[in-house]
Amino acid sequence: MSLYYVQKLLYQLNRDGELRRRFQGDREAVLAGYELTAEERGAIAAPDIGLLYVLGVNGQLLMHYAALCGLEWNAYLEAMREGIRRHGPVRAGVYAMVPD
Amino acid sequence: MPLVFAGACSHAPGITGRAERADPAARDRFYAAMDRLRQALEAARPDALVVVAAEHFANFFMNNMPAFALGMADHYEGPIEDERFLRIARRRVPGNRDLSERLIRRVMDDVDVAYAEEWLLDHGIAVPLSFLTPRFDLPVIPANINCQGPPLAPLHRAYVFGRALRAAADAVPERVALIGTGGLSHWPATPNSGKINEAWDREFLRRWTANDKAALLAYSDEETYREGGQGGFEIRTFIAVAGAAEGSTGEVWCYEPIPIFAVGCTVAVMHLGQ
Repeated sequence: MSLYYVQKLLYQLNRDGELRRRFQGDREAVLAGYELTAEERGAIAAPDIGLLYVLGVNGQLLMHYAALCGLEWNAYLEAMREGIRRHGPVRAGVYAMVPD
Repeated sequence: MPLVFAGACSHAPGITGRAERADPAARDRFYAAMDRLRQALEAARPDALVVVAAEHFANFFMNNMPAFALGMADHYEGPIEDERFLRIARRRVPGNRDLSERLIRRVMDDVDVAYAEEWLLDHGIAVPLSFLTPRFDLPVIPANINCQGPPLAPLHRAYVFGRALRAAADAVPERVALIGTGGLSHWPATPNSGKINEAWDREFLRRWTANDKAALLAYSDEETYREGGQGGFEIRTFIAVAGAAEGSTGEVWCYEPIPIFAVGCTVAVMHLGQ
């Protein structure tokens, strides 16, 4: 469980154009610089927005990473719901889904 | 010069970014109240506007997260969000480094505030400014209360932070205005985006307008999370304004739950000088 480093990478990708270019060129090389589990690495690289949500990534980081990955607003909301269906409830953090 | 103005409003990105998807009547009532807030702010003739916000990783991250921070620069950049997402063009917003430094020194008598000589504005400040200073020409002093990465400062410290800002503003010759921006209940950036607990919001605003310190500080984070979502942690910004206006009571000019804006859209003021 290295949620902190997942969030750190997404935070940096969201704000650093040079890192984004490196990431798009060679994802594995960028990912190697962070302490990540295989599941976390796979979720970032896929990208699997739903799994990142379940892993507990703060929504204020994930929202922008989802946009960076080309998901518009409704697709982002649906990706989180799909993540819950496939992977179960949010495991950490304060962005868990609650009953409407 | 005693603090010349204290108010509070919502800042959700949908307010500008998803404007056409809201119920037009509710949206327009909210926009009209924001414009009333702009007029009241202008009538106070401020030299600078302190915006107490709850930023979303524009500047601060969990590697080194200040509970409280104040900007100390002659200008700031923002908003950081994609212009198509927020529909606010990125620009340079004026600051006032010298005034910031004097305020920070006084705030430090009571609160160990971090200072930042660079500060990127996100929607938490840019959305309110787009209504309140639409030409982005009033010097702004950004302030932040960490509401994103727990552990968060307890509510009573947010109140003290506001009270310290008030003492600092009162001690400088400039005319300083203060705006707090934040949720009340909301679940932004979750599948529940659009959920609003109107009853909880209205009870919070009842306590806020009465400036009932004990009642405002009685919320536990567990209760806030359960009833108001993680976005509800941003009540700290409103509580700071209450601290700045200690001894005064307030008035709600607008409360409109607008789900596509993901928040109960609020405009409120404190009546200073009572």
